[in-house]
Amino acid sequence: MAANTAFRTCPDTGLKVHLPAQALIKANAVAAVVFLLLGGLFGLFVALTRWPEVHLLPAESFYAVLTAHGMDVLLFWIIFFEIAILYFASAILLNCRLAAPWLGWVAFILMLVGAIIANVAVIQGESSVMFTSYVPMKAAPHFYLGLILFAVGALIGVGIFFATLVIAREERTYEGSVPLVTFGAVTAAIIAVFTLASGAIILIPTFLWSLGYIAHIDSMTYKLVWWAMGHSSQQINVSAHVAVWYAIAAIVLGAKPLSEKVSRSAFLLYILFLQLASAHHLLVEPGVSSEWKIFNTSYAIYLAVLGSLIHGMSVPGAIEAAQRGKGYTRGVFEWLTKAPWGNPAFSGMALSLVMFGFLGGISGVVMGTEQINLIMHNTLYVPGHFHGTVVAGTTLAFMAITYLVVPLIFQRELLVPKMAQWQPYVFGLGVAGISLFMMGAGTLGVARRHWDITFADSTLTFDYPGAAFLMLGLNGIFAIMAAVGGAMYIVVVVASILFGKRREGAGEPAPQPAEPPAGAAVGSYGNAGTLHLPGTYVLVGVFFVAFVLYYFINWKYLSEVWPLS
Amino acid sequence: MAIAPPERRLWWKEPLDKAEIIWITIAFLWGIVMFLAMIYWHIVGEQNLSNEAYRIDPEVFAAKAEEMTEKYQVREEGDTGIPVVHPPPGSDVYLISRLWEWWPILELEKDQSYRLHLSSMDWQHGFSLQPTNINVQVHPNYDLVMTIKPNEAGTFSVVCNEFCGIGHHTMVGRIYVTER
Repeated sequence: MAANTAFRTCPDTGLKVHLPAQALIKANAVAAVVFLLLGGLFGLFVALTRWPEVHLLPAESFYAVLTAHGMDVLLFWIIFFEIAILYFASAILLNCRLAAPWLGWVAFILMLVGAIIANVAVIQGESSVMFTSYVPMKAAPHFYLGLILFAVGALIGVGIFFATLVIAREERTYEGSVPLVTFGAVTAAIIAVFTLASGAIILIPTFLWSLGYIAHIDSMTYKLVWWAMGHSSQQINVSAHVAVWYAIAAIVLGAKPLSEKVSRSAFLLYILFLQLASAHHLLVEPGVSSEWKIFNTSYAIYLAVLGSLIHGMSVPGAIEAAQRGKGYTRGVFEWLTKAPWGNPAFSGMALSLVMFGFLGGISGVVMGTEQINLIMHNTLYVPGHFHGTVVAGTTLAFMAITYLVVPLIFQRELLVPKMAQWQPYVFGLGVAGISLFMMGAGTLGVARRHWDITFADSTLTFDYPGAAFLMLGLNGIFAIMAAVGGAMYIVVVVASILFGKRREGAGEPAPQPAEPPAGAAVGSYGNAGTLHLPGTYVLVGVFFVAFVLYYFINWKYLSEVWPLS
Repeated sequence: MAIAPPERRLWWKEPLDKAEIIWITIAFLWGIVMFLAMIYWHIVGEQNLSNEAYRIDPEVFAAKAEEMTEKYQVREEGDTGIPVVHPPPGSDVYLISRLWEWWPILELEKDQSYRLHLSSMDWQHGFSLQPTNINVQVHPNYDLVMTIKPNEAGTFSVVCNEFCGIGHHTMVGRIYVTER
């Protein structure tokens, strides 16, 4: 079969790389980066408009740009990249051919055309309905059409991933169980099916409604089903970027999971419970009972949070174990101080892990508490939270793995390595600021999706506290920093892909091929009885204390507002 | 390594390290604490969103609000022409949200309870009471009824915090709370 000849062997990892899969990975990754550039630029405009002293855009463009920003980065950048990850985690990691590459191109073109149509619809100005497009506010029909095409394309991509897993099993291209990273990708893909199907279920009727074929769509029903897409798409991200954390730790440091059983069980908890979190968006809505809210918003007793807390220990634990195995055993933290902080893949992953936990994770659980949501719903706290998850968490993790994808898949050496080295820090610090200051402004009550917090054109006016203005100014400054970090990423990636030195044959490998840690340090399976990881215990302890304190502080805030029942 | 199949085929039979068991137990128990906290607050807490809601036609809701306003209007707000309404404590109070205003202005008494009805005449809106910072979603065709009890006197604003078109940022309402 022709497929047998369409392979090359990766000189760094020894993996067999299916060339049609490689081409699809490249195409999806490039499309992702283009939409990151576009969406990121829109994001900068949003932040500069929110900065009261700058107030860059007029109201009409602000709302259009805000709509496009959400759509481009939250859907297009991330899902294009995730499709690339799915092809990588199936075809490449399993040494297998990709199922039906032609269909992969059909999927890619559907997604690309859909994304372009949706962007055109928003830029035309008739579809400034925000990313959420809550009915009965109506967008132009082609806005919905674009999103539907994109979702169908992505769904096909996910189908190809599953088909590839079947082929790999049939053709016995690997031994035993799939690697943990692939397991994480399976988790993401299962959630993606649920997500994209929900999107189709709600967007198709909405499209027909916008054309006049359906008279009425209930606003609560819309919201319930829409968030089964809107929030679940963020759960694809969580699963995918956790898989990326494990992948980077493995490729850069040779880290192995402390326990395959624990890490895989944590992914299983995601599959079973993570989607319930769509309820986070319905906590202050009419017509939904408290029982329903409590069960769903807590992912059935916080079982998906349990999954994340487990990864929160097992990822740094795997790194610590690998580092100690290499002899960095002095004190509690030598393994951490001697980590490869100059390698952008590692530093990006580490920052992503820490910020996802402290900024995105804690705030998400707190905000998702039924009653506490009353003091946060639709304030700037919400975008503050999800810039901690999706930008500091997912986007930074995806940027980090790009620094491995460029040499391994694009077979180019990184150009301007100094800039690459600094990029995760500049972007990470910028995003941390964005996230924190928006959460701060939200705590002071500032509304999200709001063009003018001075209420200059209102009949009745209101003054937010001065601190809120300060927060939005700082948000603007950090947004500029994040934009610089984003631009550095794009410069490095584009320059390397276009002009980087070709890496052919078994040349000098840019990322160090992983050396398995010395046998004595980590047992061949699990970490039972092999090694203590004091550094990880301390880090996890600090995180847990911060979590508990912040959780109860917000109950205190809540207890001070007007009684209501 | 995480990018290769597990070394032991029977990975689900691996023994667990004590530290991992401890952390999983702590995390699980913390989940139960957070779960029970919400139920606990329903029992003893004073800030719980009501579960009372009805389907309602916008016209019907508007008629109720107008009836209330006619009955209890005490003055107009400056030269804006917006009526200020002082309904009796314990009564049903209606607040209309529509593009782009909250109508009418309410005057409530401190430490008295009111049954506040919220509904939209058109798109979704967000009831954001400032500077107190209570935020509730308002839908068309749904009448959300919640009992509120202002615990401080003063002038409060109702900012719309659900995007509702080009005039969204001008949609501000007012609630006065007076000492008894």
